Amino acid sequence: MANFFSDNKDLQYHLSHPLMKRIIELKERNFADANVYDYAPQNTEDALDSYRRVLDIVGEVCGEVIAPNAEGVDHEGPRVVNDHVEYASGTVRNIEALTEAGLGGMTLPRKYDGLNMPVTCFAMANEMVARADAGFENIWGLQDCAETINEFASDEIKAKFLPRVSAGETCAMDLTEPDAGSDLGAVMLKATYDEAAGVWRLNGCKRFITNGDGDISLVLARTEEGTKDARGLSMLVYDKRDGGVKVRRIENKLGIKGSPTCELVFNNAPATLVGDRKMGLIKYVMSLMNAARLGISAQSTGLCEAAYREALKYAGEREQFGKPIIQFAAVAEMLKNMEAKTLASRAMLYETARFVDIYKQLNHISQERSLEPEERQEMKFYNRLADGFTPLAKMFASEYANEVAYDSIQIHGGSGYMKDYACERLYRDARIMNIYEGTTQLQVVAAINHVTKGTYLEQIMRYEENPRTEATKAMGEKLVTLREKYQKAVERVETIDKEAAGYKEFHSRRLVEIAGYIILSHIMLRQAAECEEYVAPTKVFVKYATKKITEAYSYIEESEASDVELFKAEALQ
Amino acid sequence: MAKQVPDTRNVGKDAMTSEGTVNRAALAAIFNPEDLNALEMALQMKDSIGTATVHVLTMGPQRAADIIREAMFRGADGGYLLSGKEFAGSDTLATSYALSCALRKINPDIIVAGRQAIDGDTAQVGPQVAEKLDLPQVTYAEELIAISEGEITIKRRLERGSEVVVSPLPAVITVNSSAKECRPRNAKRVMKFKYALATSEMAAADEDTKSFIEQRPYLHIVEFAAADVNPDPEQLGLSGSPTKVKKIENVVFQAKEAKTLTAEDADIESLMVELISSHTLG
Repeated sequence: MANFFSDNKDLQYHLSHPLMKRIIELKERNFADANVYDYAPQNTEDALDSYRRVLDIVGEVCGEVIAPNAEGVDHEGPRVVNDHVEYASGTVRNIEALTEAGLGGMTLPRKYDGLNMPVTCFAMANEMVARADAGFENIWGLQDCAETINEFASDEIKAKFLPRVSAGETCAMDLTEPDAGSDLGAVMLKATYDEAAGVWRLNGCKRFITNGDGDISLVLARTEEGTKDARGLSMLVYDKRDGGVKVRRIENKLGIKGSPTCELVFNNAPATLVGDRKMGLIKYVMSLMNAARLGISAQSTGLCEAAYREALKYAGEREQFGKPIIQFAAVAEMLKNMEAKTLASRAMLYETARFVDIYKQLNHISQERSLEPEERQEMKFYNRLADGFTPLAKMFASEYANEVAYDSIQIHGGSGYMKDYACERLYRDARIMNIYEGTTQLQVVAAINHVTKGTYLEQIMRYEENPRTEATKAMGEKLVTLREKYQKAVERVETIDKEAAGYKEFHSRRLVEIAGYIILSHIMLRQAAECEEYVAPTKVFVKYATKKITEAYSYIEESEASDVELFKAEALQ
Repeated sequence: MAKQVPDTRNVGKDAMTSEGTVNRAALAAIFNPEDLNALEMALQMKDSIGTATVHVLTMGPQRAADIIREAMFRGADGGYLLSGKEFAGSDTLATSYALSCALRKINPDIIVAGRQAIDGDTAQVGPQVAEKLDLPQVTYAEELIAISEGEITIKRRLERGSEVVVSPLPAVITVNSSAKECRPRNAKRVMKFKYALATSEMAAADEDTKSFIEQRPYLHIVEFAAADVNPDPEQLGLSGSPTKVKKIENVVFQAKEAKTLTAEDADIESLMVELISSHTLG
């Protein structure tokens, strides 16, 4: 019996992090639900035990149902029939199994039939689903749209839609249009209020919508006629049962072929406003995107895990020159680096997820009662960390997914280039991860503020206070010297930027990467201090990080103000 | 009816003792696979008759309560554990006798079981129970087609095809591995039933657990000792088991002389003939 939870010790390790206790406290609020719901936990231990058991079910469904279906889904793909999406048969079976297992609405409150689990656990589930089939994770992971409804919508909307998500209905977030991709402020889908019917009417077109024919869709639309920017946009919820949206076509993609990427035509489709008018992009989409970015970190980490395992298995079985290729130094080094990147992605993912959990729960509590001063402080603290860490988690995990998938094919050699092995699918699937939900370049734009504002530096200094063991002491000292380099690099870039505008922008990815590599190393180091098994992979990772930091640092050190001009590209005439 | 069995599908080198008996300690105890198919069919009956309940009956040591909990996680309402030293050493005859005694007490409308268990592979217990209770039986069931008051329609998987039969109820149905796989554990059910205990397990638990379960009767797995099901003691356990093991033989597969075939049609033809006549194919 394949089980993607029980076979993954690293994943289980993250469930036992000390912050989980605080998260459960905030999530369960004195365990009051235990008197109302027969499946609510009695205490912290009970809650943690339930999380473990539920994740074990997810692991089994992934190993026994979703993973074996992945190849068929990749070949068959979804299609458009009578203006609606028909999933590949394997996708239908996946949804059926997850629904039978009662895994909809994982994070939703029990009053909406949810499991009331933390975002951290949902990310774990997403990671396992992605390891089984990255394309399917897109469909299933979109249930975090419900989290946005839960956070911002009226009680009436919540009562209407959330129990349906818990019962297994799928979601979509309809944001992008042909002329509004990364620049969502340019969205033009028109929403007009129909006084007679008492609903908003949507007209226009959306493009590149993942699972666009989902049961429940959050739609970004222009409610303020005559406006042209983000301030005229609102968030609405559309119910597929009401009709009015047609799927014009499904994109033919390089990878994640089981996930239907739709072009949608809205024709007087009725919809309900979520939250306040004009706050669509400014507030709600930002929240939605942050959750989605964490989702892609989980998806990417799952893909790393799958690609690494495929490579490890093949390298141990394939013999050349009279021995398994895993015994050749060049192959072994690749594998060790792949393992370290997978572990580091995961470490960063759950560090971020825990920050998100704490501030989101305090935010929910603040809607019910006013927070104590120290709670407000706590919320602010974790909110800032979550905002700073989310783009890093997304950027590193998605880049690593590509690198690990690339090396997985390399280890398979010529066979890996054929359709016979899973690594080619993983490679195709990985390619979108550093593009959608904000490209790596856009994650840098979000992260560079935290370089400037010092979020990363402060957190690095906090990590430097972590206890060290004999085995981690030297690495800890190494990270201090790397942090000093980071400070020097930031100082140099900010100084030159004053005379050469655009200089900081030019180096922003390098600065963010230096900060990121130090942060990832610190989280790994903390694990190595707690648990012997992490010492070796942490050493591997710190070596890799040192190389990457040194490279970026020396580039900055050699870089002149004139580089801003040198690297300006001109369009073809 | 279900049975906890050693996982003989994943046999390691420690699977057998030096005496040639099964080394149960080296093999994980699992829900007998075809009993899971049977559970699914029972749950489908429950799905189509809203008011029905599904209970699992198993005979075995205390730890067999694990499969009752497993069944509850997947949709069963509760279960009965038939346990006691009197049952030790039962062959299929003594087992079906003991189970039929318990079933007389429980008095269900339909009895569903897996075709056979992967440790004994006899496929005798289901049919024997039906005979002892004087009930009609439908064996090799593959699909539940319809169920109504007093009547059930089942598709049976046979060696060279399938047939649809209608049986009056109550009846005993034994289910094939080709039937629908069992639904997964359900998250809420796992959280709800994870503390369910059989009577003897409860006796060993601490006071907090006891009072917790007493407040929640659905967490109590009913346990029958031999005396609870009014049996004839002579028909139980070893004394009720006419089966005697005459000899156990360790079969060691040895590589025999290899045969080389060419890609010629004639060679392939003769291989096909050989495989078919030895019943390896077809």
